[in-house]
Amino acid sequence: MTTLRRALLCVWIAASGAAGAATEAGGGAGADWLTWRAADDVTNTASLQRGARNFMGYCLGCHGLKYERYSRLATDLDITPQELQKYLLAPGDKPADYILTTMPAADAATWFGKTPPDLSLMARARGADYLYQYLKTFYVDPSKPTGANNLRLDATAMPAVLSELEGLKRAVFKNEQETGADGKVMTKRVFDHFEQLAPGRLSAAQYDAFVHDTVNFLDYVGEPTQAARRALGIWVVLFLLVVTWLAWLLKQEYWKDVH
Amino acid sequence: MAAPVPPPAAAAKPGGLRAWIYKRFPIEELIRDQLTGYYAPKNFNIWYFFGSLALVVLVLQLVTGIFLTMFYKPGEATSFDSVEFIMREVQWGWLIRYLHSTGASVFFIVVYLHMFRSMLYGSYKAPRELLWLIGMLVYLALMAEAFFGYVLPWGNMSFWGAQVIVNLFGTIPVIGPELVLWIRGDYGIADATLNRFFALHVAAVPLAILLFVMLHLVALRRTGSNNPDGIEIKERVGADGHPLDGIPFHPYYTVKDIVGVGVMLVMLAIVVFFVPSFGGLFLEAPNFEPANPMSTPEHIAPVWYFTPYYAILRAVPDQRLGALLMFLAVALFVFLPWLDRSPVKSMRYRGPISRTALAIFAVSFIALGYLGLQPAEGLYVILARVFACCYFGFFVLMPWYSRIDKVKPVPERVVFHDHA
Repeated sequence: MTTLRRALLCVWIAASGAAGAATEAGGGAGADWLTWRAADDVTNTASLQRGARNFMGYCLGCHGLKYERYSRLATDLDITPQELQKYLLAPGDKPADYILTTMPAADAATWFGKTPPDLSLMARARGADYLYQYLKTFYVDPSKPTGANNLRLDATAMPAVLSELEGLKRAVFKNEQETGADGKVMTKRVFDHFEQLAPGRLSAAQYDAFVHDTVNFLDYVGEPTQAARRALGIWVVLFLLVVTWLAWLLKQEYWKDVH
Repeated sequence: MAAPVPPPAAAAKPGGLRAWIYKRFPIEELIRDQLTGYYAPKNFNIWYFFGSLALVVLVLQLVTGIFLTMFYKPGEATSFDSVEFIMREVQWGWLIRYLHSTGASVFFIVVYLHMFRSMLYGSYKAPRELLWLIGMLVYLALMAEAFFGYVLPWGNMSFWGAQVIVNLFGTIPVIGPELVLWIRGDYGIADATLNRFFALHVAAVPLAILLFVMLHLVALRRTGSNNPDGIEIKERVGADGHPLDGIPFHPYYTVKDIVGVGVMLVMLAIVVFFVPSFGGLFLEAPNFEPANPMSTPEHIAPVWYFTPYYAILRAVPDQRLGALLMFLAVALFVFLPWLDRSPVKSMRYRGPISRTALAIFAVSFIALGYLGLQPAEGLYVILARVFACCYFGFFVLMPWYSRIDKVKPVPERVVFHDHA
């Protein structure tokens, strides 16, 4: 199962790499963004570890994970106390602490117009695919206070903080004519494709892997027990099947008397 | 097939524990009256599992609920956090919580099938009208229990769902606005509302459910169970005084029901361990965001078991009339024993009109349930109106069509296919 999923993941990464190449060529890239899938797999510990690193480096400045403790994270993701101390623990935090942002909520509300949400449950509330699409559809929009906008969440308050990695891209829109029910022709502005304006530190394929790991990590944080839950479930269901089968044999034995 | 008669207590070893208890408590009589000497028809089919399954789910909800109460903290500032604490930091808390949240949906699946069984075999007809009415009390209490429970996690759908449902009482003429204020205990859905819903959910309503379930079983012991043929087995008694078509509930139906419990637990476990949110039907995605009076979820929809009624509410342009029809849609079940004028109980011996009517009702109920989950716009509203008309037509026209429908002769003895 897991092997199959990993194999599929490899194929998928290769395919998205190809899509990334198309982005650089500027040929209709991103038109299918609503079909992008996060391909999350919370049993891939290496991916979750990279995702945790990404989160601490790029997200924690504004977003917390207030229901997750550093120590829980370390246990679940096979991170040693030394590694936790060295790579992940925010200065001044202890392993038993919850993963909280240091940004004061009141200041954040002043700066961004709204307090950046806690991300502990974002993957459960919006879905991993949503987060994946969100992090990959930022585009330059000078009309916005942050200079950026997003296809997934129009007029998002979040600046394009990952543009350092992804580079800057422009969204090209086209006008489409639509005849309404009343016969009036209306012009709608619809997204057509992305154009890369400036490259980032990562290639398209690398950025895609970065987002994949980060979203995968947020999926894990949404429900830290989910991998253990599924693993245990198989045994519970098998046990119950055996018990039910025995109960059925018992019933057959008793009902032999009934005519 | 001899009835396993409990050994008379007099035969118990004098001075033994059994004799000691018997002298002080009618244990033998209790077991005989309720289990070994209670005769049930031998031709029960799969539809007859759901009563005992409902009892098992009730126990599951009570036990998991007690453990959840040990860690859940009602309050605007604490509810949401305490549920996440249960999910993440309480040992096996996630399992208890998923069992409880899945159990709520399973409860309704089982109860709806149990009710449909009654409609299929005419179990509500004389002499079982009171049994049916008490069952309706269980159903009403269960709906209240589910609604209060849904508010407790204090997610955004909890909040807005409570808002919609409580405001329905505001459509009642004259007293409406004051009544809503009284229910909420505040000018909006707030801390006071949450805390009283908690009290009702963990104490008042469960006690009512337990009482009604007990009365339901007492009434069942008086009339005895109906069966797929709709024949009164008590009318044909053998030389030993027991119904010819009856078998002792214990051991025959206890061992059979254990199989049913096993099958249900397998399905429950598959949901709990692999798809606890059940695609947003059992746990809705917006409920993973804390209650926010400033932000309405994109579509407010109740959990699936209320959506047939919700679709009826939204199908009516006038809100007051919609609310009235919604309450009526629930209340109409109460009148079934008197609406049904058919001379036979079971659908097996009824004519094509009754069968078609019941099929239309079942399809309408499921279709309305689906439509209640969709946005109230365009074709969805039109379909909801069509199916709502079918739904009400089933009840309102029943006195007429159940009387004129052709019936087949009912056999004297139940139809039973030997297992051996």
